[in-house]
Amino acid sequence: MKLDILYFAWLRERIGLPRETVETDAPTVAALVEELRAREERYALAFSDLAAVRVAIDQELRDFDASLEGAREIAFFPPMTGG
Amino acid sequence: MTAITIRVQQEPFDFGAECAQFAKGRQDTGAVVTFCGIVRDHEDAALEMMEIEHYPGMTERALDKIARDAATRWSLTEVLILHRYGPLTPGERIMMVATASAHRAEAFAAADFLMDYLKSRAPFWKKETTRTGSDWVAAKDSDEAALSRW
Repeated sequence: MKLDILYFAWLRERIGLPRETVETDAPTVAALVEELRAREERYALAFSDLAAVRVAIDQELRDFDASLEGAREIAFFPPMTGG
Repeated sequence: MTAITIRVQQEPFDFGAECAQFAKGRQDTGAVVTFCGIVRDHEDAALEMMEIEHYPGMTERALDKIARDAATRWSLTEVLILHRYGPLTPGERIMMVATASAHRAEAFAAADFLMDYLKSRAPFWKKETTRTGSDWVAAKDSDEAALSRW
């Protein structure tokens, strides 16, 4: 499946791009992260501490064990600091 | 039915004008509570800029959900959440919330709730630039802990 992946804040800076489209068969967010980590050092670095990373599937906050079935847009970002 | 207004914008807003307009002319509303967040300088006056990044699309959805959650918990006539993004300097207004209700207790509680959820459930990130460099503002454990109050 084709997924749009978005990165925000320091994840965007470390990976070096705000969004990309990937072709993947990863069943869960965690599996997708493993695929990304294996790609290049900058991904491995950005995803080295998942406690510091949040994920949204189609603009809803989810957990790393969430299924990617039917997903179109995945976003990775640090804990939010609004207000 | 609660009238909910969500605005996410780069341009400045007039806090006084927003307050004056909010719930104006309603006869079912006895109380309005407003809160405004401002870019605060560091104690050594080192802050040059605060850049706010957000996730267009998800931001509006998240803010709308937070406002609707507040409206199910308290009897509110109106809710406004306004949040800016982009580069801001110390003293500039970042965001505001306003709540309107028949009585003050509900308006106060709802405004407090909105702010707690805005801090850690709306996709905004702050980057501060000081004389010595720039860095992302880290989320505080206390922000997450604050949600358990509700």
